Parts: sequence; C-alpha cells; structure tokens
Amino acid sequence: MNLAPNASSSSAGRVFVWGGFALLMLLAPMAVSGSLALSILSQIGIAIVACLSYNILLGQGGMLSFGHAVYTGLASFVAIHVLNQAGEGLPVPVSLIPLVGGLAGAAFAIVLGFVTTRKAGTPFAMITLGIAELVFAMALMVPEFFGGEGGVSGNRTAGKPFMGITFGPPIQVYYLLAIYAFLCTAAMFAFTRTPLGRMLNAVRDNPERVEFVGYSTQRVRYLAFIIAGFFAGVSGGMYALHFEIATAEVVGAARSGAYLLFTFLGGATFFFGPIIGAVLMVLAGVLLSELTKAWLLYLGLVFLLMVMYAPGGVASLIMMNVRVAAFGRLRELLPTYAGLAAALAVVLLGAGAVVEMIYHLQLNDTAGPELGYLGLQLSVGSALHWLAALAVLAAGVGLLEALRRPFARRWAAIQQDIEAAVRRREGA
Amino acid sequence: MTPAVELRDVHKRFGKTEIIRGTSLSVAPGERVAIIGPNGAGKSTLFNLISGRFGATSGDILLNGRKIDGLKPYEINRLGLARSFQVSNLFNNLSVFENVRCAVLWGLGYRYAFWKFLTQLRDANERAEQVLAMIRLDRRRDVLAVNLTYAEQRALEIGITIAGGAEVILLDEPTAGMSRAETTRFVELIREVTVGKTLLTVEHDMGVVFGLADRIAVLVYGEVIAFDTPDKVRADPRVQEAYLGSVLAAHQAEQADQGH
Repeated sequence: MNLAPNASSSSAGRVFVWGGFALLMLLAPMAVSGSLALSILSQIGIAIVACLSYNILLGQGGMLSFGHAVYTGLASFVAIHVLNQAGEGLPVPVSLIPLVGGLAGAAFAIVLGFVTTRKAGTPFAMITLGIAELVFAMALMVPEFFGGEGGVSGNRTAGKPFMGITFGPPIQVYYLLAIYAFLCTAAMFAFTRTPLGRMLNAVRDNPERVEFVGYSTQRVRYLAFIIAGFFAGVSGGMYALHFEIATAEVVGAARSGAYLLFTFLGGATFFFGPIIGAVLMVLAGVLLSELTKAWLLYLGLVFLLMVMYAPGGVASLIMMNVRVAAFGRLRELLPTYAGLAAALAVVLLGAGAVVEMIYHLQLNDTAGPELGYLGLQLSVGSALHWLAALAVLAAGVGLLEALRRPFARRWAAIQQDIEAAVRRREGA
Repeated sequence: MTPAVELRDVHKRFGKTEIIRGTSLSVAPGERVAIIGPNGAGKSTLFNLISGRFGATSGDILLNGRKIDGLKPYEINRLGLARSFQVSNLFNNLSVFENVRCAVLWGLGYRYAFWKFLTQLRDANERAEQVLAMIRLDRRRDVLAVNLTYAEQRALEIGITIAGGAEVILLDEPTAGMSRAETTRFVELIREVTVGKTLLTVEHDMGVVFGLADRIAVLVYGEVIAFDTPDKVRADPRVQEAYLGSVLAAHQAEQADQGH
C-alpha cells in the first residue's frame, strides 16, 4: 500500500493486472469442463460485482450494512419481470437485463438509502437490518411481485437472437456476465479515484472533520449508497439471467450475511479483497456445501479466526507477504510456512473428524453409527475413534503452537528491519 | 467596515449550566485575536459555537455580516471559515497528501464529483502540494496520518485547516502539548500560513499569545471581561485579578518578549 512505486512502473503494472484479469475471465471456461464448473464461473462473476459493491459501503465508507441483499435481490426480481416482459414484446435486449437490474438497484437505494444513510455507525447498521427484515417480510406478503414460495421464473432465450446469440447455451451467458463483471470492477475501481470516492474514505476515517472541510457526511454517504446500490443491482440482474429465477431467499438475511462475511474474509481494506471473497463465497456455497453438511460451522470458525487474527482478510495477508517479498525477506519464511501449513492440515484433519462425528451423532443417527470421512470408516459408537480424532486434533494444535511462536518472533523481527529500511530511505 | 466575525450577546446553556453568558465580540478582517482565559472559561465552547459544531442558545453570530448561527459546520465552512481542533482530528488512514487534498476539494468546486479522476485535478493537486510545502510536510507526503509524529500531526491539523483557502481561521490550542522549541517554530509557521487572514486562536501559552495576537480577548466564566491590545490587557487590573496575576503567566510573557 505504501510501496509507492514510480509512475511508469505503476501504469505498466496496471495494464498487466487488468489485462491479466480480462484474460483470466476469457480463458477460464476453456480450462474447466462440465456445466457445473461453468456455472461456478458465472456465479463467481456475479458474486464479484456484489461483493465489490458491498465493499463500497464497508471498506471504503465504513458503513456496516446488514441488508445488502435487499438491493441485489429486489433488482433480481425487477430484472426477471422485465425479462418476462421482453419475451412478450417489450423492446429490451436480454443483454441489457443486468443494466435494468442496476437501475432498479439504484432506484431502491435512492428511496431506502435516504432513510438508512441519515445515520452512521451503529444506528446505520440497525436501520439496514430493519429494512432487510421489512423487505423479506414483504417478499412473502406480496406474491404478485415476489411470486410467493415458488418465486418468479423467467426465460432468457425469450428475446430475438442477436448475431446468433440466443443466451441459451450457458457459455454465452458466461461471457455476457464476464463482460459485466469486468466493466463493473473497472468502474468501481475508477470510483475509488474520484473526489467522491476519496471523500467517502475521509467520512470513514473521520466524519466530524469532513463537515469542517465543506462536505456533508450525510450527502457523501447517501451518494455512495446509491452507487453501491446500482452495482448491487447489476449483480442482481446478472443473477436473474444466470438462474432465470428469483425466490424470496435472494433478499434474505442469509444472503446479506454472506456478502458481509465474505467481503470481510476477502479483505475490506484493499480494493481487490472482495474479489477473493467472492471466489471463496461461491466455492464455499457450491463445493464445500456438497462436501459436508457442517459447512456453515466451518465457515463460522474460519470467520471467527480471521476477525481475531487477520482482520484485514486474505488480501491483507497477501499484501503483507508481498511487502516482505519486496524487501527480499520472503524466502527465509518459506520453510516455516510449509511447517505451519502441515500443522494446520493436521488440525483440520482432527477437527474435521470431531465435527463430522458430532454432526453425525446429532443429525444422522438413524443411518447407523458408521460414517465415511476422507475414505476412512469412522464409527460414532467407538471410543477409540473418538480418542483418535481428539488426539490428532490435540497433536495438530500443539504442533501449530510450537511453530507459531518462533514464527511470530521472526515475523516481528523482519517487520522491524523493514520499518528501519523505510525510515532510512525516507531520511536519505 | 463589516467585521469578519461578530458575536452579539451569545448565550450557550448545557442543561442548566450556562457556559457562555452573553458574549459579544467583533473581529475586524485581517486581525489576529487570541482568546485566553482559565480552564473551563468556555473558550473551546465559543469556537464550537462559531464553527457550527454546537448551536447557540440565544444571540447572533455573524460571518462577514451574515448570520451563521443555526447553519451546519459544512455550510459555515463553505462561507469561508475553517477551524482546527485541540486534539488532532485527521483522516488517519489516508496519506498526508490525501488529507490535505480532501480539504481543498470543495473550495475548488469539485463537490461530490464521481466522474472526474483526482489525478487529473491539476489545481487541487498543486494546491495540496503547495500546502504541504508550507507546513513542511512535503517529505512526509505519502505517510499515513496515523504514523506521523505528534508535532507533524499538529502541523497537518493546521494544513487541513488552511488548505481550503478560508479567510477566517480558528485555531484551537495549536501548540498544545509541544515543547518550547517546537512551539517557537510552530508560531512562526502559523504566522506564515495565515498572512492576510483573520485569525482567532485559543491559547494557553502566554508566550504564543503575546507573540501572535493583535488583540486579546479575555474570557472568564463565559464572559469577555477585556478585549484590547496585549499591552493594555496585561495592564488591566481586572484581568490580572482574574487570570494573569499568576506568577507563571507573567514569567512566560517575559520570556516571550525576550524571544522576539
């Protein structure tokens, strides 16, 4: 963050990063096979826009929203309805449905955000929670718009084909969503470089002082909220195109919670953090949930550990190591990292066995005492299996702690050296 | 001539406690006024009233002849009044340069623009660099505000205050917590960056007060008991009784006189 490379190398770096991002999205479908993999890629694109839009509030504006799914979700419903209208002759090209979602998201943010952004801090968080509950309750009360329990479904192939593009095949939808994801990411990055974007950071850091340099904090928050609502809406429109259905859960608290959780996990203090969070969100939701029924429990544990030990999320862990690498000190840490990873694997192995056995005991008892775990047959009736699982867990924790202490000292020493080097450079 | 800042019989009550009790004050454009008084006299409250942080209970506050009481702090700032804080009030996670640039944006008319890039705002960037040079922080340009030394944070506090180009500057104890050597340098800096502006400052350090002010207002229990040139204020028996009689203060003033 403070490495401050010179102008020419940073502009070359920018081309490299953005070009790489575009290339990655272009080539990703060729690297995977199967409709599930392609669906995961599409969902990642949708989640990237959603999490980045959420981070305009959380990371850039210091606004802890518990109701971001209101804007992605309501936009999904509007997008589905417009999609259905398009099938009946409304002249809206299917490729512009995400934009329709964006306008809907912005419109809802203009109305609801006017109330929400009058306050900051805890009252802001409370109001977003209230509005989220309100909208979710409405979703079940107004079946005309929300379709009741079954939701509203649409058909993205309803429009006229354009240059042979019908949006029937998932690959066509993927590329449309990839284009939106790329453009939205670029636009949201650009936003961080504008006067409003910077004043939003200032409002996060010190709202009181902002008022004494001529800006209304309330206005800054409100405008940023509308912009976040717009991009959330684009994501909602993308969702509608991909899934062709919107149910009440898209405006639900669980989804709002997921945006918060994964934006934080990815790292709210760096622009690219929520992109990592979005990838994790889709992988956890699609793959981890297939792997184990207890996936929310693991997720909660990871979130807890991150909040306590790495509040900057994955992005800050990466950037801290990039900084160490920039000063040529990463190599000496690599053996320790390998050791830590191995210890962590042992912890996971033990903890996973314990969690799965408890889960099995509580929920799957009728299926008998046996359960499969990483190719092993465990039995919840066997004291030996319990003891073995706990022993592995204990050994892992012990190993991790034994490695962590010298690592922490080494890390602190390296940081001190780097600080000293930075000071020398500034003094020179 | 219209006074730059004028207070007419201003009262401020917090519950039953009256902190400001009928203060009237008129500061001419370009004048440097120091407000002194014992702890709890209401000096900071007075600043908070003028800058719009609190609303006055009764009375009028005017900026260049225009009533400003009841306006929001940002509205008052847009009319050309800027203030600093006794405890540094910075954008901690932004760099020194960004701190100052945030303070110049409104004055240059960029408002809430999200369709312009900051790097292309030449006037804002030049003005920010110029302010950095004035407050001698140009070499600390890219350091986060939170990582500055105490004295540097005080300088940045002044930088943010003057950056917007306001004609009326309120400084709340700018040298609080500084060593004597730092204070001397800092007073020089304040003098430089406020040339041609109307300056109101709250100060405890009598050396700073007598070195910097054209006129001194003595505030005791929410009332201005004297408002005159430093020499006359010093000679005023009422002031001596209320405040300046302390040996320490006289000693400080002497030191300051020798210093200049």
